[in-house]
Amino acid sequence: MSVRLKVNPIACTGHGLCAELLPERVRLDEWGYPIVSAEPITPGLQRLARRAVTDCPALALLLQRER
Amino acid sequence: MTDSATMALPGMAPPASDASLAHAGPAAVGAMPRLLPPGAPAMPQDLHRHLRSHGALPYRGGGGRPGLIAEIAAAGLTGRGGAAFPVARKMTAVTEGRRRPVVVGNGAEGEPASAKDKHLLWLSPHLVLDGLQLAAEAAGARRAYLYVHAGGHLPERLRHALAERSAAGLDRVAVSLVSGPQRFLAGEESALVNRIEGGPALPTFRPPRTFERGIGGAPTLVQNVETLAHVALIARHGAAWFRAVGTPAEPGSMLITRHLADGTTEVAEAAIGAPLAALLRLGSAPVSAVLTGGYHGTWIRAADARGLALTNASLRPAGAALGAGVLAALPAERCGIAETAHVVRYLAAQAAGQCGPCLAGLPRIADALTELSRPNPDPRWLTHLQRWAGLVVGRGACHHPDGTVRFVRSALTVFSDEIAAHRRGRCTAGTAGTAGTAGGPGTAWPRAREPFLPTAAGVPGFAQDWR
Amino acid sequence: MNGITQATALWYASRATGVVTMVLLSAVVVLGVLVNRQGRLPGLPRFAVTGLHRSISLLAVVFLAVHVLTAVADKYVTIQLVAAIVPFTSSYLPMQIGLGAVALDLIAAVIVTSLIRARIGRRVWRAVHWLAYAAYPVALVHSVTSANDLRSGWLLALTAGCVLGVAAAVCYRLTAGRRQALPAAAAPTASRDLDPYLTAARRRPHAEPDTRTREGTLL
Repeated sequence: MSVRLKVNPIACTGHGLCAELLPERVRLDEWGYPIVSAEPITPGLQRLARRAVTDCPALALLLQRER
Repeated sequence: MTDSATMALPGMAPPASDASLAHAGPAAVGAMPRLLPPGAPAMPQDLHRHLRSHGALPYRGGGGRPGLIAEIAAAGLTGRGGAAFPVARKMTAVTEGRRRPVVVGNGAEGEPASAKDKHLLWLSPHLVLDGLQLAAEAAGARRAYLYVHAGGHLPERLRHALAERSAAGLDRVAVSLVSGPQRFLAGEESALVNRIEGGPALPTFRPPRTFERGIGGAPTLVQNVETLAHVALIARHGAAWFRAVGTPAEPGSMLITRHLADGTTEVAEAAIGAPLAALLRLGSAPVSAVLTGGYHGTWIRAADARGLALTNASLRPAGAALGAGVLAALPAERCGIAETAHVVRYLAAQAAGQCGPCLAGLPRIADALTELSRPNPDPRWLTHLQRWAGLVVGRGACHHPDGTVRFVRSALTVFSDEIAAHRRGRCTAGTAGTAGTAGGPGTAWPRAREPFLPTAAGVPGFAQDWR
Repeated sequence: MNGITQATALWYASRATGVVTMVLLSAVVVLGVLVNRQGRLPGLPRFAVTGLHRSISLLAVVFLAVHVLTAVADKYVTIQLVAAIVPFTSSYLPMQIGLGAVALDLIAAVIVTSLIRARIGRRVWRAVHWLAYAAYPVALVHSVTSANDLRSGWLLALTAGCVLGVAAAVCYRLTAGRRQALPAAAAPTASRDLDPYLTAARRRPHAEPDTRTREGTLL
């Protein structure tokens, strides 16, 4: 069971907090929008990932559990 | 060229290479056409004529439901809306949910280069509506929708067809006719669900798939109207009949919208596996490239296209796919980059504008292509174009940026000579054009003219009265 | 501090915490606009702006709670606890206290929904969060009508400063919507300049109506 960070591109307006909080999984393109890595969230990154999801001003991030 | 009223009406005797036999009626094994009425010009089928040609609507009733899905599975029918997903699998998936499913016939056809769905709905609406009823029966649905473009006389025509069926007591499931705007993305699955639920015809971000949770949260079966027409015929004639035409791996027939090099556009029904060279009459005029799959499809060099057939198996090595059956033969006297730029400008304008990367990237890609279609462009435009293309793929809520980039990348490959020529101030298209802005003796730059590929769909101007 | 005695301590505490709450709420609104406009505070990462917006609003809640409780506990005037929550039920200055209660209710709604925002979804959270723009002027009128000393001296200057700051932020919120669109070529046959395409001058999705016209004719 793996957890992955996903961005809702319709909600996202490019604030960029996610890239600051979780650079291990998120970087910004030249327009300020997040490029989210498909790598699973390791236990060490869980807390930061959850914070990125709750702190996103547009509530555009979600953690998806996949089997 | 872009005026849809000039499109030839379907049903014109297809060329022999389309694997047609004498018009012995659609039930005859191997006879073509199957979906479209015969004759030139074809007569729109009212209910009476439809029942006479095809026979009664073969409801399975009671415990016969699995029977139809099994028949469709044996026939190997795949979706004709572009994705070519196995229909039987979709139908089964929709019945596996806990809630009662809903069925939708998708006739939106937002692609301006495609006219097959509009033609099918105009000429053989009852085949589509039969298929909708049969799909609803197989899925156990009690609600059905038919989604079409709002313009022209098509909604009126369909309302008449539904009224005919209602008077005859033919339909078991009530069908709601829903109209959508003439936008490229109107037929996209999540946009369709959004529109039917009362919202705008714009894509949504839906982690669950439509067949799991669609309209009103119910499992929703969305099928292209041509697919439903095939279902109606398979239910009558069986899987073996369906497979009598086409290839073993990709059986059956399909509707194509072909844009020939002489400027005519025609909707025709072809056997899957027919040679592209014959379908597009590639020998009759000089052609530089062939487009398959529409504006989210792929360009192929004419020399390569000559050896290909109308199957996904044949097209896949060339990086192409059948899509919704749009085929175009670009005349050699046209500039491939200029045509591509024109289409991508349209695609950029047709984006929903909801997702940042697509909104930022597509207009940049369009403008870069426009610059590359001019004489002596700054070479940096190509570098940036390639980077922007890489940045938008997979970053939207729908596949609009992905499809657009597929189209653009194939153009950059197939028209690489053209790009190199433009850098030297020349265009390989147009030999005797008046010197445009390139200037200088001996430089041939084609004059500005109306584009070959259409971006204004319009509504087919059908001449005959269907009443 | 000659006026503060054992008897009036709570009363002064209530008024003092009221002033602090007003200042903090003003800061929260300004920071909220800054978050929305993707602005930055010098030297701080973006998540700090969001973090400050949240921290200061929670601090404001604490001061608001002390402001209410001391006002209720104080014997100088009679204000029942329920009057702080249910508007216009106070026997002392019902109008002014009532406005305070309205502001408190609105602020409570905003705070509670923000604490559980990941659970209630974007649309509901956003809809309730707009109430903040209603809460502020209500709280302001409550302050100015309840406390005479806000109308003169340094407290007046402080209040004016808060109001001006919030007003400026709101103007910025309303007007700074347009972003640079990509430039069109000067003439149909003239070439475009590449540089504007490379800058981060991007358009925010949903911010503009769909008036793009990039179709044009073939060259």
